Amino acid sequence: MDQEEKGRPFVVSRRSFIKGAGAGVAGAAVMGGAAVIDVEQEAEAQGAGLQKLGPGPVKVALHVNGSVRNVEVEPRTTLVNVLRGVGHTPLPADQALTGAKIGCDRGSCGACTVLVDGKAVYSCMMLAVDAQGRKITTVEGLAQGGMLTAVQEEMIAKDGYQCGYCTPGFVMSLTALMNEKPKPTLDDVKMAVSGNTCRCGAYPRIFEAALAAAKKKGA
Amino acid sequence: MARKVKVTKVVNGIDTEVEEEVPDGPPAAWGDPKAMRILGKRNPRQEGPEKVTGRAKYASDIVLPGMCYGRFLGATPAAGKVAAIDLSAAERLPGVKAVLGMAMPGAVIRYAGQPLAAVAAITPEIAEDALRAIKVTYEAAKFVVDHHKAADATAPKVRPGTPSNVVSPGGKTEGNVEDAFAKAAAVVEGTYEAQTRLHCCLETHGHTVKWDGDQLTVWASTQFIQGVRDQFGSLAGGPKNVRVICEHMGGGFGSKFGMGDEGRMAALLAKKANAPVRFMLARQDEQMWNFRGPGAVADIKIGAAADGTLVATHIRAWNEGGEQAASTSLNDGPYIVAPLAWKAEFSSVLTNTAGTAALRAPGRPQAEVIWGAALDDLAAKLNMDPLELRKKNHNDPVRVAEWDLGAKIIGWDRRQKVPGSAPGVKKRGIGMGSATWGGGGGGGAQVDVVVGRDGSVKAINGCQDLGTGARTYVAGIVAEELGLELHQVQGVIGDSLMGFGHASGGSTTTGSIAPAVKMAAVNAKDQLLIAAAQALKVKPEEVELGLGGKAQVKGQPGKSLTWKQLCATLPASGLKVRGEWNADLQTSGARGCDFAEVEVDTETGKVTVLKVVGVQDCGFLLNRLQAESQVMGAIIQGIGTALLEERHMDSVTGRMLNPNFEEYKLCGSFEAGGINIPMDPPYRTLGAEERGIVSLIFDTPTGKVIGIGEPAIIGVQAAIANAIFNAIGVRVYQMPATPDRVLAALARKKGAQA
Repeated sequence: MDQEEKGRPFVVSRRSFIKGAGAGVAGAAVMGGAAVIDVEQEAEAQGAGLQKLGPGPVKVALHVNGSVRNVEVEPRTTLVNVLRGVGHTPLPADQALTGAKIGCDRGSCGACTVLVDGKAVYSCMMLAVDAQGRKITTVEGLAQGGMLTAVQEEMIAKDGYQCGYCTPGFVMSLTALMNEKPKPTLDDVKMAVSGNTCRCGAYPRIFEAALAAAKKKGA
Repeated sequence: MARKVKVTKVVNGIDTEVEEEVPDGPPAAWGDPKAMRILGKRNPRQEGPEKVTGRAKYASDIVLPGMCYGRFLGATPAAGKVAAIDLSAAERLPGVKAVLGMAMPGAVIRYAGQPLAAVAAITPEIAEDALRAIKVTYEAAKFVVDHHKAADATAPKVRPGTPSNVVSPGGKTEGNVEDAFAKAAAVVEGTYEAQTRLHCCLETHGHTVKWDGDQLTVWASTQFIQGVRDQFGSLAGGPKNVRVICEHMGGGFGSKFGMGDEGRMAALLAKKANAPVRFMLARQDEQMWNFRGPGAVADIKIGAAADGTLVATHIRAWNEGGEQAASTSLNDGPYIVAPLAWKAEFSSVLTNTAGTAALRAPGRPQAEVIWGAALDDLAAKLNMDPLELRKKNHNDPVRVAEWDLGAKIIGWDRRQKVPGSAPGVKKRGIGMGSATWGGGGGGGAQVDVVVGRDGSVKAINGCQDLGTGARTYVAGIVAEELGLELHQVQGVIGDSLMGFGHASGGSTTTGSIAPAVKMAAVNAKDQLLIAAAQALKVKPEEVELGLGGKAQVKGQPGKSLTWKQLCATLPASGLKVRGEWNADLQTSGARGCDFAEVEVDTETGKVTVLKVVGVQDCGFLLNRLQAESQVMGAIIQGIGTALLEERHMDSVTGRMLNPNFEEYKLCGSFEAGGINIPMDPPYRTLGAEERGIVSLIFDTPTGKVIGIGEPAIIGVQAAIANAIFNAIGVRVYQMPATPDRVLAALARKKGAQA
């Protein structure tokens, strides 16, 4: 997972963060390198002229699948929740992107995987405010004009799923892999999906699908 | 000759059931598997495009205008009473739409995480705030969460006022066990333990619910749409007021049969909030609640004559089911391989942990890992091949054939002839396990085939697809019967408004649904032949339906109708024909076995699975691709069961220490045993360095369908446990075989040798 942090224009106040943080959120924020700010940093941030957010809802603009989505959410809201339609002024229900799933909500199952600037990211581990200005691709954004990608086609052909709940996450992790390394080895594939859990146990089929997709793309 | 069938015709949009005469056909049978175009082949799932694009909607994906998010508050202590509970601060929080007290002062707490109150708020974050705002004080009491300690007479009582935590005792005896043991040439005794395991459905339990007056619509993540409908009916003035929808669901494994407290909370919160509510359990709540199968500890004594003939077994088993009694198949005495004389004593040990639920082949993996281990320990004592020991005592021809096939593929000859005799630090071993299961179906299913004038075909049933491929075979059976391609028939499932669909449990879905689909397809074909005969001005028995759905007069190829032409002769409402379950088309009694090869690092205790061969018999096969996937998935869950999955309870706080996926470890990509190794006849022996999973469907000529999702997991843990024993020559008695337990076993061996 990409933990590199690009320019972060927003700061969450320490008081509101602690007020709002449960164990899961705190863990997420620390592990994801997201907006955890201590008192000194807060002061420093104010000195640097950064904008303080929260605790109330703020306007957030996200670049998702090629278009801009404007929502109003609390700064503590994760990217996955915002994509899936959560917000103080939620998007119309039919615009919710529910492809990214919540399995654990703490960065271990990978069902929420999306691409952020082309890299696979747990969207439950990133705050929506931190995703602003970055290019977000969800599983709904892969198939262009109804044409499935090679990864999607091979996941179907090789039966790389059973219940399918983890599938969007696996598809996104494999998409990131193909972008980075078009001719992956089996170990590359295993590494690329090592952050994704499939409880039904379709891994061997998923490996097959990934290698077949790479072959197809190369052909 | 003619016979009557019930036909549902749509008249002015209303289903009307009528009896019609149709030409008499042969008795119900699937036909020759070799003659099938679709059934038994490797066909991808119909819902594939939806699942890979994110369009597939699960209960947790339903977004409704004004929808609130539900959460519940679980008890902090593991035992005691609620002294006081104050919901007022939660109720006052902006964005909170409903708060529901579920435990009044004085309510008894039997486990940490027991639901006390529930909230619904406009965002999940505010719902979490509301939980934190609920003030609960407790009269905490002493508790016990360790089932080993719970059996002690001095342990705190899970049900205060009762004399013991050991409950529900029972026993069964066959023959004279004491006399039989006296004749044994070798006896093995040991205490073996199979752990409790969590379901870990990737989609947690939950529903999205919406009231419209008295009418309740429920999007459920469920294994039994119709049953859930009836249960929600108790909150909505009867099942008639409830509609349950489940197009897709994110895993059940036995834990999602009912409305549950989570469903009750969702419906009550939605009513109180006057808004739709999505109530999916948080992962931590899911893991700490009763979505787990019971663990079991067993003292086993097993004896055999010098030639390996079993003479007697004696088991004393304690099943661990938390605050409720639980049972496993250990209660039934020896599993699969049995002597004439045996004795089983069993009971249940209560602990201050949440109860249990059915988990994929309930009670069987526990039985097989314990009995299978004892058998291998006995084989070692007799200096006998464990497979020969089993064959000496069991002669079911299909199972013996499966054992021989599995042994051939894994390369059974490469096992350590003397367990633990391989040189070096990294030692390899091979082991086996076996399975027996029901897998037959039951009556009640109602399947409708709807043929439109435009040539479209739908096969409709109100069952659910847990990931087994139900939707695809519902379509495939009809396509096969009507001469169409699979894509020409749409499998439509997942709604309580459709005909009755069986619960998906006990591997009974296929045996229950598929025969009704077949009968609906046969009935539809009869009706189509009547329509064709009218159009072609001949008698129905003179017409046949061929490839592509082409209807033609027998022996007169020129006198025919294409599928489109045939369907165009149907009435405007099309044709709707119902089929019901037929016992001729299904059977019961699935068998299977697993062989595993592992490598044990004797310095670190780490076990690596090199290969697993699963062999599962299947009668009339509906879809080879998905059947193989079922077996493969079972193998991978079995690997996790053998090596990784373990719940840790904290004896200080009484809480679960690992209610998550980081520390409750599931198989990931590096633990899952590697690639899929296709295995079609002629079967070959895998190379020593070959790594991967073989999921082999063993075709048996029963001509009837059977369910295989559960039997496929039963033998895996035993196979791996026995492979570890074969590698290191010492038994890891307690599952899972984590590195610490492997090292402890090796130390025991070293101590014994010193």
